[in-house]
Amino acid sequence: MGRTKKPSTPDLAPRDLLTWQRTMHAAVTRPLALGDRAQRRWFDGSSSARAIAKLVKPSRTLKPLERVEIYNRMYWFRLLDSMAQDFPGLRALLGEKKFWPLIERYLAVCPSRSFTLRDLGARLERFIAREPGLVAPHGAAARDLVRFEWAQIIAFDGPSRPRLKKSQLMGADPAKLRFAVQPYLTLLACRHPVDEYVLAVKQDGALRTEASNAVAARVDGDSGGIVRLERGGLLHIVVHRVDNQLYYKRLEPEAARLLRAIKAGKTLAEACASAFVRSKSSPDEQTKNIRDWFALWMRLGWLCPRE
Amino acid sequence: MPANPHNGHTEYGVGLGLRVPHYRHILANKPTCAWFEIISENFMVDGGRPLEVLDAILEQYQVVQHGVSMYFGSADKPDRTHLRRLKNLVKRTKTPWLSDHLCWGSVDGTYTHDLLPMPYTMEAAKRTAEKIRYVRDFIEVPICVENVSSYMEFLASEMTEWEFLTEVVERADCGILLDVNNIYVSSKNHGFDPMDYVNAVPHHRVGQMHIAGHTKFEKYILDTHDHPVLDPVWKLYAHATKLCGVTATLLEWDDKIPSFDEVHAEALKANQYIADARTAQNGKN
Repeated sequence: MGRTKKPSTPDLAPRDLLTWQRTMHAAVTRPLALGDRAQRRWFDGSSSARAIAKLVKPSRTLKPLERVEIYNRMYWFRLLDSMAQDFPGLRALLGEKKFWPLIERYLAVCPSRSFTLRDLGARLERFIAREPGLVAPHGAAARDLVRFEWAQIIAFDGPSRPRLKKSQLMGADPAKLRFAVQPYLTLLACRHPVDEYVLAVKQDGALRTEASNAVAARVDGDSGGIVRLERGGLLHIVVHRVDNQLYYKRLEPEAARLLRAIKAGKTLAEACASAFVRSKSSPDEQTKNIRDWFALWMRLGWLCPRE
Repeated sequence: MPANPHNGHTEYGVGLGLRVPHYRHILANKPTCAWFEIISENFMVDGGRPLEVLDAILEQYQVVQHGVSMYFGSADKPDRTHLRRLKNLVKRTKTPWLSDHLCWGSVDGTYTHDLLPMPYTMEAAKRTAEKIRYVRDFIEVPICVENVSSYMEFLASEMTEWEFLTEVVERADCGILLDVNNIYVSSKNHGFDPMDYVNAVPHHRVGQMHIAGHTKFEKYILDTHDHPVLDPVWKLYAHATKLCGVTATLLEWDDKIPSFDEVHAEALKANQYIADARTAQNGKN
């Protein structure tokens, strides 16, 4: 049987498997009603119980809609739980009253398009940017947090490339030398100390000092369970991994400019020149800084040859 | 000697599902375990910790891949990008067979991340079998399809679940991963005799079995995988093992997971039934 066109409302008399699955999919993924129950009204305003009874058999103990409700609940509980696990900082920032409606709305607008729940939050930052009212008055902080928490997912299992070797730098002409940054590494520019904040939320301060300079933040005790995240100066935070453990590291503005320029494909000479555009440091200091940064980044495995 | 043409791995015995809370124990202590079943999707990633753990496990243990997102029953065509990722993992693990569920869970590229029951129609059986054949030809390993536990049945169905399973696997010429806990759960939710199911499936196609725990609610039973195996499921397993012969068996324990030793001890209870089946098999030979 050939493919049928996707109907605007679920077809209660499906004549092929695809149409039947579209209808059942619509029933199973519908947002839950009050009390986490299946919606009483079908898409066209008629009775859901009567609509579902056209497709699903009753059991000895359950009516057709009650049977669908089991799947309807499992769908939402599974996806909501996954998002809560991936975005604990956002949840702490918004509190339960704002977090759950935001995620429910997000999943209704941006349902999963991937075989893995790992990708479920991939479009959350864009969604928040489009729907700022759902996170008000925390719009900017929420966006910083979502970018930071998504970067952790990338750093956890994103691809890696062979590290750059010292021998690949020796004797090379800086005016021609280009390399890349590990694909699992994300460099964020944030107005909020999201690294400290998430550490406070997770109560995890056991990071090695060289790979990370984030420190645990104070959790505001009188915030009614909502930890405060104050806007401050611009921060450059790298989310990365070392020996397959996650780390965050703040960079000085010049170092961040250098790393961004390398990532953008600039030559080493161009990247170094761009790093100190507005700097008042002396040429000797700049040379020392660049040498130190490269030594650390090479140790951490951040740099790799271009493909 | 294999008990049947789809069961070339009788020597595998009783395995365990590889789960995160046990990683540290397994990697540090290297406990004896016949084999581990991995959830393919957990390792279909590009790098990082998951693959590091997998490679360490592969150095010490036999691994069999079990999937949760192939959705053989979805009307959507197979996603070739997904299949390529899966095939890369198959090359890494050298899994002797690959299993996934007889269910659907995605439509028009949107995923439910659930194992939804099929309407038991001839159209669905034909399409599902075609998809299984396509996946097997692409991945190039034998495939076993697993019966799911379910909480709803459909008016569109033209046959019983076991008739549907048989129709699919005969058309696809593939194996069965017979989950006896799922049969028990569905039998209570739908009101059929689980022995009828076990008696009716083509025993010569059963290449693996699953056992697990479930939870009884007032009006239905839920397949929770958070308990030891209950007596009625052991009885069903014993019966299935007699009919199918010695079969690679795996305990699933996915929630409220106790220590590795406790889970392993529960799984090894299957050995008494396997011994009975082996004795019966030797008697026949």
